Amino acid sequence: MLKYLNLALIQFSLILFAHTGQSEPLGLGRAATENELKAWDIDIRPDGAGLPTGSGSVLSGEETYTENCASCHGDFGEGIDRWPELAGGFDTLDSEDPVKTIGSYWPYLSTVWDYVHRAMPFGNAQSLTDDDVYSITAYILYLNDLVEEDFELSNKNFSSISLPNEDNFFHDNRNTLENKQFVKRCMQNCKPDVKITKRAVVLDVTPDTEIETEKSVPKVEIQEETASLNPQLVKDGEKVFKKCKACHKIGAKAKHGAGPHLNNIYGRIAGSLNDYKKYSKNIINAGNNGLIWDSETLSSFIENPKKYLAGTKMNFKGIKKSADRNALLEYIKSIASSGN
Amino acid sequence: MSKKFASERRNFVIGSLAAGSTVFAGNATKATGHDDPAITELQPWASELGDGVDASPYGKPSDFEKHVIRRNVSWLTADPTSSVNFTPLHALDGTITPNGLCFERHHGGVAVVNPGKYRLMVNGLVDQNTVFDLSDLMRFPRTNRLYFLECAANSGMEWRGAQLNGCQFTHGMIHNVLYTGIKLKDILREVGLKQSSKWILAEGADSSAMTRSIPIEKAMDDCLIAFKMNGESLRPEQGYPVRLVVPGWEGNMWIKWIRRIEVGDKPWHHREETSKYTDLFEDGNARKFTWEMDAKSVITNPSPQAPVLHGRGPMVLTGVAWSGRGKISRVDVSTDGGISWNEARINGPADSKSMHRFYYEFDWNGQQLLLQSRAQDDTGYVQPTKDQLRSIRGENSIYHNNGIQTWAVDRNGITENVEVS
Ligand code: HEC
Ligand code: HEC
Repeated sequence: MLKYLNLALIQFSLILFAHTGQSEPLGLGRAATENELKAWDIDIRPDGAGLPTGSGSVLSGEETYTENCASCHGDFGEGIDRWPELAGGFDTLDSEDPVKTIGSYWPYLSTVWDYVHRAMPFGNAQSLTDDDVYSITAYILYLNDLVEEDFELSNKNFSSISLPNEDNFFHDNRNTLENKQFVKRCMQNCKPDVKITKRAVVLDVTPDTEIETEKSVPKVEIQEETASLNPQLVKDGEKVFKKCKACHKIGAKAKHGAGPHLNNIYGRIAGSLNDYKKYSKNIINAGNNGLIWDSETLSSFIENPKKYLAGTKMNFKGIKKSADRNALLEYIKSIASSGN
Repeated sequence: MSKKFASERRNFVIGSLAAGSTVFAGNATKATGHDDPAITELQPWASELGDGVDASPYGKPSDFEKHVIRRNVSWLTADPTSSVNFTPLHALDGTITPNGLCFERHHGGVAVVNPGKYRLMVNGLVDQNTVFDLSDLMRFPRTNRLYFLECAANSGMEWRGAQLNGCQFTHGMIHNVLYTGIKLKDILREVGLKQSSKWILAEGADSSAMTRSIPIEKAMDDCLIAFKMNGESLRPEQGYPVRLVVPGWEGNMWIKWIRRIEVGDKPWHHREETSKYTDLFEDGNARKFTWEMDAKSVITNPSPQAPVLHGRGPMVLTGVAWSGRGKISRVDVSTDGGISWNEARINGPADSKSMHRFYYEFDWNGQQLLLQSRAQDDTGYVQPTKDQLRSIRGENSIYHNNGIQTWAVDRNGITENVEVS
């Protein structure tokens, strides 16, 4: 019996190797260096594995959060427009309208640290220092009423914090709970009658395919009107514009995002779009005092927004290379003139 | 000139949308005895020269098919760089999804990764933390497999009721692609797994640095590190140059632009396996690690974007079915809202964990139809109704809605998304 089993095992592994065509290591790849591991091995686990040394307080977190996160997630984590909410929602999970936030839903604090560190701020990921991430995480705990104002989070006390909803997750149980019920296949007289109970047209939220299609059309116009632009520069500028995309839309039907749309930005008085409700006082004042966007003012603003316009809500570190700024402005020019 | 161009295009698009399919909806005179100008008049293409060979070095679909595109639902998300668009299932046939029509979902826009700078790091509980570049990966034995990828949120908007009028929107977060790649287990063997290894973390190189935890059994079973789709390099929006393939499991786990695999002994519980991709039940508890995609099917024609324009008589009903647990053994179709059912005909490639195509041909008497399809996979699992799912999971769930879809076809052939008793 034992012999038979061994034989079966050997055969199995033979089949395996023959199947993959690989019996021993091929000797491909090379050893990763310490610095390479440090650069990429950034994941954090609920048991704290992976956390770097560091700390940050609620107080310093408030400042960093307001500067880097509030433009999308709101001053209190309430979420602006359709950007995600980060705080609140307690006691809603079993209601008709559950609100899933870090405080109400997330099981582990490590997930907050890990995610903010790897993916936020949106469009400028991995720009925060470890201490920034500790302080923002502390501040998000504070926004969720889970710590006091004087709290400081560090790698030392991290594992002592647990989130309220941790125990309310269970593993996939479809196999026992559902799948055994779903085996019947009735073919005839499966029910006495049938009525329509819900209809999509009542809601009417399907995208209008007519309008959608139109979007792709006006390209021809743009080319005609912008013949004097340098096409290579426009192309390069389109790439640079990726840095703005998370907050600004441009082109036909562009809407406001975290920042105002940039159609017809040339000649616009700073802070002057009435339907954009989120301007800082300072940009509106600057506009009232005569700041008009042209190649020169735009270039200076984009080079270092906070320096050029103190108190602006545009949380963007700036574009230092003048060649990049020139290309960017050429691109904006090429689109802005065709917009709404 | 450009205005005129625009409005002509627009009329054409609307016309062909209403027609469902341009090819079959021509103005051919049905009455006998009348001359058809499509035949009696000399058509330009029958007389003039067409484009030469190099007019389109990378070929595109016919101009008459320009309406067949991925579309998004702009109210769903805050921003197109963290959003989704949908495969036009109603305009496709067969089982392979063309590369340019495979739906997209990304969390930080499409990463543009220079293949010369592409690296795959494997680290953690391994004998040797290792870095591979593309040329290393190309020296492992290759394999070709056809798999569907379905987003766990596919049909999520339909959970509480019928919302979107078109199977592109209700079911279009799926594609079916022939992948060329190497087995993940070959890579894990190459770096040497430690005894204690139980999980891997797969991580993307994009600006969301997407991560998912995957049990080692799955990694050593059928996962692939893929670099080609349908014969050509992955499209940028599908993870160029390299993506992970996790057959039968929810699409979010198929990390695009994969740059790192860490081997560990516990799951990581990252954002996409806690905040997202967990199923909230009525009592406020949530189910996690629901990786497998249940058996599901949908009728793609007729459907709201592809109404019936030919009137009574012979009708071809078709659709797709798939299961994350194996092959589809059978699809049944109902034309009366689920009172009675008939077996449909499965045709074309029918691989495990891949899309199957089914047809049901019948004679339409011109009366209202309530069309449904119901898939069964080779584990015996039968696709449930939405009511069955809701009675177990409640109304607050989003993901893994594989309930039976109903389309109502009225006497004019207009087709609508409905739910029935
Ligand atoms: C430009 C807008 C923007 C800014 C600025 C921004 N975020 Fe986000 N945030 C997003 C978007 C969009 C998502 C969802 C991304 C996705 O779809 O994967 C998100 C998701 C999150 C989530 C996960 C929410 C959930 O429920 O899963 C957290 C936590 C978060 N952001 C924290 C932050 C923090 C902290 C900052 C500042 C350091 C920040 N964000 C800055 C747009 C932004
Ligand atoms: C993190 C989000 C964010 C990013 C990234 C960003 N902006 Fe802004 N931008 C804003 C906000 C918010 C404002 C409004 C500023 C205020 O109220 O002080 C703004 C204002 C502006 C204005 C003034 C508009 C007006 O109506 O007066 C211009 C011009 C502008 N941004 C250009 C850019 C360009 C070009 C880029 C890319 C290089 C960019 N921004 C990147 C958020 C952003």
